[in-house]
Amino acid sequence: MLPGFKLTLGFTVFYLGLIVLIPLAAVFLKTSSLTWNEFWQTVTMPTAIASYRITFGASLLAALVNAVFGLIVAWVLVRYEFFGKKIVDALVDLPFALPTAVAGITLASLYSSKGWLGQWLEPLGIKVANTQIGIFIALTFIGLPFIVRTVQPILEDLDPELEEAASSLGANRWQVFWRVIFPMLTPALLTGFALAFARALGEYGSVIFIAGGIPMKTQITPVVIMQELDMFEYGKATAIAVVMLVASFVLLLTINVLQWWTNRYNTNNLA
Amino acid sequence: MTPAATTFHLPHPAVRRHTTSEPPWVRRLLIGLALGFISLFLFLPLIFVFTQALAKGIGFYFHTITDPMAWSAIKLTLLAAAISVPLNCVFGVCAAWAIAKFDFPGKNILLTLIDLPFSVSPVIAGMIYVLVFGAQGWMGLWLNADNPSFPWLANWLNEHNFKIIFAVPGIVLATIFVTFPFVARELIPLMQAQGRSEEEAARVLGASGWQTFWRVTVPNIKWGLLYGVILCNARAMGEFGAVSVVSGKIRGETNTLPLHIEALYDEYNYAGAFAVASLLALLALVTLGLKTWIEHKNAALNETEKSA
Repeated sequence: MLPGFKLTLGFTVFYLGLIVLIPLAAVFLKTSSLTWNEFWQTVTMPTAIASYRITFGASLLAALVNAVFGLIVAWVLVRYEFFGKKIVDALVDLPFALPTAVAGITLASLYSSKGWLGQWLEPLGIKVANTQIGIFIALTFIGLPFIVRTVQPILEDLDPELEEAASSLGANRWQVFWRVIFPMLTPALLTGFALAFARALGEYGSVIFIAGGIPMKTQITPVVIMQELDMFEYGKATAIAVVMLVASFVLLLTINVLQWWTNRYNTNNLA
Repeated sequence: MTPAATTFHLPHPAVRRHTTSEPPWVRRLLIGLALGFISLFLFLPLIFVFTQALAKGIGFYFHTITDPMAWSAIKLTLLAAAISVPLNCVFGVCAAWAIAKFDFPGKNILLTLIDLPFSVSPVIAGMIYVLVFGAQGWMGLWLNADNPSFPWLANWLNEHNFKIIFAVPGIVLATIFVTFPFVARELIPLMQAQGRSEEEAARVLGASGWQTFWRVTVPNIKWGLLYGVILCNARAMGEFGAVSVVSGKIRGETNTLPLHIEALYDEYNYAGAFAVASLLALLALVTLGLKTWIEHKNAALNETEKSA
């Protein structure tokens, strides 16, 4: 029997409690100091409702776009050879490594009306800075690695014999992809989608610079919480935070189930 | 009936390749789409940071990053990382040891709870410490009220002007929270895959617990540990939302590098903001480089193990 069980588990639980669980419990305790009416009025005030819609919509759209392009990027990285492939592979993780404030001011400047990209989009009638399109672009940037990095390993482990079997039975390339490969990638794709979506819901730094924070129009939920905190309205801030936390926990649960599904699929393939 | 269905023969190799890969125009289209997307969303922003940083010349660049306010931000960022990364490292090793080497009930719940900080918005991560340690929070009620629960502690804290929120300790705490899972989630699957037989063998041969850990476990996990530390450090130095809630943003005192970037940007000093941002972008590039290097190292290691 190996030593150190009590010590390591004890420290793990102690540190987890001290840093994560007790402070998080503070949110729920603080909210319980509000009456149900106060709570309900805060979480359903017009700026909050608008922010849920904006945050949820932009996150969903960004995760969808990432699912499509992330799948293409993963496919190209696994299946094809091309110049600069290793650099592209390393660069995919940039949104993980680049601080959100840097991403935020960079995207805001690139898409401003005088920026490298904004100056071409403005004449076409597309305004990105200080609009919901800006939020969508920032969230797309943030979410890209999640899809690529969950799909890539599954695609690498795919058994080529399955594709050969399908094509020798008369399926054309599109049918092989759609009927054989795609169903095997689905759990990973959904997991990546959920991870990107969850990250986008809580994102703050990369969004605020490009979004501008106009109430009812470009205010994401974390910005509404921040505003209440700045006015020392801690009760209101925690009430909205509770809504966000509950949404995140539901997503976390979904992701766990999806990951279990992905792994099961994987071991089935190996067997 | 078509002739192909009536006569049986192996297809020509060229035909077979055709059926398990895509026609050249599809390949080119997909590579083009992938490269276009990556260039637009990742490559262009990266180039932009460095060109904007040098927009007002190299002199202005060095002036900005050696400014006393910038220096104080650099020092605070390094301090926050220097405290949070080792702490989360010790935690990561402990958690992985307990979870990978032993069986106990509630293991899955523990695993989920360790991942929890990743699904909490940075703004909420900062907020929870304001609720606990802020003037209106629990600690404020216990210590700063007219009738504090612990008078000696309240006096001592007042005498030493010790504050957590809108001060350095709060920044460190928020940084620890957002980087909490990085090392643990890297080490747990790695140590689970390695099992416990090597450590058990060392124990049977008479090694002490610490000897087993340092001579057997550490060499086995060192690359995974380094990988986790690098990611943890990148996030610690770059955290913005959580730190921004607890910092109070006092220039020269409680501004970290990301907060200093925000301050310069809000003053319309764009070249200055990007000059400081370029330091963090360089850190990101170093992080990506090291990450890729470790991945190659690991892949090579796995190859030799397979062939041995």
